[in-house]
Amino acid sequence: MPLDQTAKSGTPFSKVGTRPLRPDGLDKVTGRARFGADMTAPGMLIGRVLRSPHAHARIRSIDSSAAEALPGVKAVITAADFLDRQDEHRDILVNVMAREKALYDGHAVAAVAATSAAIAREALSLIKVDYEVLPHVIDVEAAMRPDAPILHDNMFTSGVEPRPSKPSNVAARYQFGHGDVQAGFAAADVVIERSFRTEATHQGYIEPHACLASVGSDGQGELWCCTQGHFMVRDISAALLGMDISKLRVTASEIGGGFGGKTTVFIEPVALALSRKAGRPVKLVMSRAEVFRATGPTSSTSVRVKMGVKRDGRITAAEAELKYQGGAFAGSPVELGAMSAFACYDLENVSVIGYDVVTNRPKQAAYRAPGAPMSAFAVESVVNELAERIGMDQIDLRLKNAAKEGTRAAYGPTFGPIGLIETLKAAKAHPHYAAPLGPNQGRGVACGFWFNFGGQTCVSLNINIDGTVALAVGTPDIGGSRASMCLMAAEELGVSYDRVRTVVADTSSLGYNDVTDGSRVTFASGMATIKAAREAVKKLCARAAAIWGIPEDAVVWEEGQARPAGPNAGAFPPLSLREIAAMAPKTGGPIAGHCEFNAENAGPSFATHLVDVEVDPETGRATVLRYTVAQDAGKAVHPAYVEGQLQGGAAQGIGWALNEEYIYGPDGRLQNPGFLDYRIPVASDLPMIDTVIVEVPNPGHPYGVRGVGETSIVPPLAAMANALSAATAVRFTELPMSPPRVLHALEARRMAQAAD
Amino acid sequence: MRYEAPASIDKAVALLAAENGMSRILAGGTDLLVQFRSGSPAPDLVVDIKRISRMRRIVAENGGFRIGAAVPCAALGEHKKLVKAWPGIVEAARLIGSTQIQGRATIAGNLCNASPAADSVPALIAAGAIATILGPNGNREVPVEEVPIAPGKTSLQKGELLVSLFLPARPPHSGDAYLRFIPRSEMDIAVVGAGVCLTLDEEGVCTAARVSLGAVAARPLLVEEAARALIGTRLEEQALKALAAAASAAWRPIDDKRGTKEFRIRVAGVLARRAAERALARAKGNKIRGH
Amino acid sequence: MAARHVRSIINGDAVEFVCEPEESLLDVLRDRLALTGAKEGCGTGDCGACSIILDDRLVCSCLVLGVEAEGRRLETIEGMAQHGELHPLQRKFLEHAALQCGICTPGFLVAAKALLERNLNPTETEVRYWLAGNLCRCTGYDKIVRAVLDAASEMREGRHAA
Repeated sequence: MPLDQTAKSGTPFSKVGTRPLRPDGLDKVTGRARFGADMTAPGMLIGRVLRSPHAHARIRSIDSSAAEALPGVKAVITAADFLDRQDEHRDILVNVMAREKALYDGHAVAAVAATSAAIAREALSLIKVDYEVLPHVIDVEAAMRPDAPILHDNMFTSGVEPRPSKPSNVAARYQFGHGDVQAGFAAADVVIERSFRTEATHQGYIEPHACLASVGSDGQGELWCCTQGHFMVRDISAALLGMDISKLRVTASEIGGGFGGKTTVFIEPVALALSRKAGRPVKLVMSRAEVFRATGPTSSTSVRVKMGVKRDGRITAAEAELKYQGGAFAGSPVELGAMSAFACYDLENVSVIGYDVVTNRPKQAAYRAPGAPMSAFAVESVVNELAERIGMDQIDLRLKNAAKEGTRAAYGPTFGPIGLIETLKAAKAHPHYAAPLGPNQGRGVACGFWFNFGGQTCVSLNINIDGTVALAVGTPDIGGSRASMCLMAAEELGVSYDRVRTVVADTSSLGYNDVTDGSRVTFASGMATIKAAREAVKKLCARAAAIWGIPEDAVVWEEGQARPAGPNAGAFPPLSLREIAAMAPKTGGPIAGHCEFNAENAGPSFATHLVDVEVDPETGRATVLRYTVAQDAGKAVHPAYVEGQLQGGAAQGIGWALNEEYIYGPDGRLQNPGFLDYRIPVASDLPMIDTVIVEVPNPGHPYGVRGVGETSIVPPLAAMANALSAATAVRFTELPMSPPRVLHALEARRMAQAAD
Repeated sequence: MRYEAPASIDKAVALLAAENGMSRILAGGTDLLVQFRSGSPAPDLVVDIKRISRMRRIVAENGGFRIGAAVPCAALGEHKKLVKAWPGIVEAARLIGSTQIQGRATIAGNLCNASPAADSVPALIAAGAIATILGPNGNREVPVEEVPIAPGKTSLQKGELLVSLFLPARPPHSGDAYLRFIPRSEMDIAVVGAGVCLTLDEEGVCTAARVSLGAVAARPLLVEEAARALIGTRLEEQALKALAAAASAAWRPIDDKRGTKEFRIRVAGVLARRAAERALARAKGNKIRGH
Repeated sequence: MAARHVRSIINGDAVEFVCEPEESLLDVLRDRLALTGAKEGCGTGDCGACSIILDDRLVCSCLVLGVEAEGRRLETIEGMAQHGELHPLQRKFLEHAALQCGICTPGFLVAAKALLERNLNPTETEVRYWLAGNLCRCTGYDKIVRAVLDAASEMREGRHAA
């Protein structure tokens, strides 16, 4: 089957915007692709981690002598095997292996490497940890109370003047806004204020964290792992282990989903430390229960929103207070939640305050548009209620207040060209918006925003002797980005798509690349690819100029060929890339293009989601009937994978809205660390998810590309809540809207109606 | 752990009788292997019954059916006569886990795992199924509702083996149904389950009924008060209301990670009523669509 | 613990291996036979990433003991493409962009193959319920369901043409 299914179209692009097969596709449909747990090494040991059963406990001592004596055990490590750093890596160090205290159920306290999994398991049971169990706190509001158990004696809230005199669980306070909200509320005809809560949800990637580490007695190490950023893994692991960065080479495996959850380290430094101690390669793979207990879910939150509107639909003021718990360490995404809360609206008066709170839960990790879905849930719910109160269509109210080019965002900057209004209009014009609804059915709308990031990026593009192209990028491909890179390189070079091969190179082959996050890869690695290709084109033209004996600037590159720039440059038959490549050994050696830069002007992406649900009034169960996503992609490089991002984000948001949650017992232990009771949507839970790709070009990218991966999870929470509210005439302010919660609300409404 | 896969029931019983340590029967293994994985102590002996051909069969017997203990749930749905006679049993079996799980799991295993939320058990109880148990002291026949006694505990004695489940001949004008409530559309443990089996006379009056609820007590139970609400009626609105009330009032559910007590009480009534309506339609010979 | 010697037919080939009685078939496939196409997403039968076909039944290989494979026929993702030619499902998954990260893909393909072997004309609802035990966190299932329906359609046409 030919890989290249590109076809000429009416756009300025010949490759970009087509839907060729992905280059890594064959391996992934045949089982050949190698993911984190699929690698082995000669002499390999199996690692296992011992985890705290307590939510909060002082570790008085750890006795591993019996485990060390067990035949087949080759290494046992604890926190003492890592450098005791007090710098910016301190939290990661303590999260990777508990030091004085275990801070959550599942916190790693020791690890072993043995000749078999069975021996490693047995060894764990022989390690004696003497715990002094301490009072714990799980809930964000409870953690903020003055009498709450304190996790860190040295945590004094930042962002507060004067500096607090006592430690607390509030790591930081953030504030954004402009205008005069009090005056704004005074000018409003309708003011609505409500409080919302969301539970912690996990990214739920299907591939558990896995790695294979090998460190020799010469101090040189190799690490194979599934990660969104192998350069990050290298730098942090080297720091924790006291290694030179140059001595550790990290290779990113194929990655079985990340969604932000694989943007930090957990087991990688542990496997390296075990390998260093044992002198043999160590493979360490998490179980599903470990993934839930010990890797980052997102924050649970408590959010209060107040908004005022005039009868004509103009929003006069908006205010929000956000409290996000981020697990046992500072760093919840409350700042991003606060910055994004009102980003969809053109507001004169806006004020947002956020609190970053610690609790005895696993350290939160980024989850797709970290922080934004929760604040959008609250804000977009209130926006719908404003529309209901003034009798305005839910899309019309949003159109009237939508952020557009020139709008000053609540978090500071003034937007350039953005596509929110276009997505709202696309949603309104979609047949979905006019489809009839039956009894117990309701329709919800919500908008969403994500900043999008650029970041440090380095790529290398080499022209091979046969005219094919080898492109090395440093950003792990989590959703088909290699196909997009091939398309962009092919577009620039004028070669066919299947003559470009893109690989994710290891850390020794390229300069530093930031993690695959912030919806940055197609934008930033894509732009680097374009720049590298343009550099290669320049060199190809120079070679042609030399061959022809004319000046370099008298050569142009068109459709994959060097041509004389005009009649005055001389009459030479064009030289194809393949011809120039073949002559490279005699014309100056290899031809390559490189780019290393810090990408800026990523250009935010906005979306509008439409959803219809039906609620069973006797059981409270909601069924999603129809779902439509309209989102601005700037320029869709590979539209099939853009659609995939929009659909995937919507599905995750639906799960978050309806059934996903971290459930803790009174003992502070996670009760549902598995896919049976942590309920992500299954195929029969969802309808087809329709998509409308809006293209408002981003001026910060040569093709107009905007990242698309994250915005799609921002609107669904509120869109679902708005739909359920429309179906039941009850306003839902707590997630998940699980059947018991929905039925309880419906019963309360029926009781209230009966009392009237 | 020792693994044995005997080819005959006698050999299986002998293996179990001879074992001094802990032994477990491996039928579909979909609960057993999860228990191994969760760190439960490994048994000394595992007896795989899937090589015993008698236990792999569904056979017609006295107008009813005998289902071997090693028959996977998927096979129930492929047995056309069984589907026609006992659609409620089959729909319950086809709700256990995923397609993959149904390729392995057995209703006998579902019964012996003794989970209060086992999907097939309320349907079996409603149908009046009888378990055949073989042990060192010979054969005994036990109504299925007497097999599970508490979460994870059955009335089987050491060395005993549940060999088959017998579904009696279905009387004319009768129908059965099983419904469960789960938050998703698939892949969850029942928060509440309701099995109903009823028989009508020529005039459409209910002459016999059995109602069973799952996940609302320590074991799935036969709810006689709920059945009484149906007998002698044509399942008019009043009878269905009485059924729902009896189902809601019957037992003492708990609050847990899968549902609240309040929710379970309310939904037990709703599901009992819906299952009764479904069974009624079947008793009248009406077709019902799945999913 | 005494290791057992087991003989099976895997993807048409006679295979012998030794395993401990408590070892799962998934561990045997991955760690002893280097057939790493089946993935462990949960180890408890909740995600379907380890799906294989065991004597014509779709199962989670994490819920089968290795010793149970004695004398059985196994089909794994590695045997799905025949003589270098992709199965229509594999081709349609690529054409429909029905995979993003690809970790769940082998399980979905094996499960979908088992469906189409029983029912070559499934409805969308039948596809969704059959595949409910295969979790995908990337795609929202839309493109997967379309790929399966399209493969079924193509296979029906192929059957009529033949």
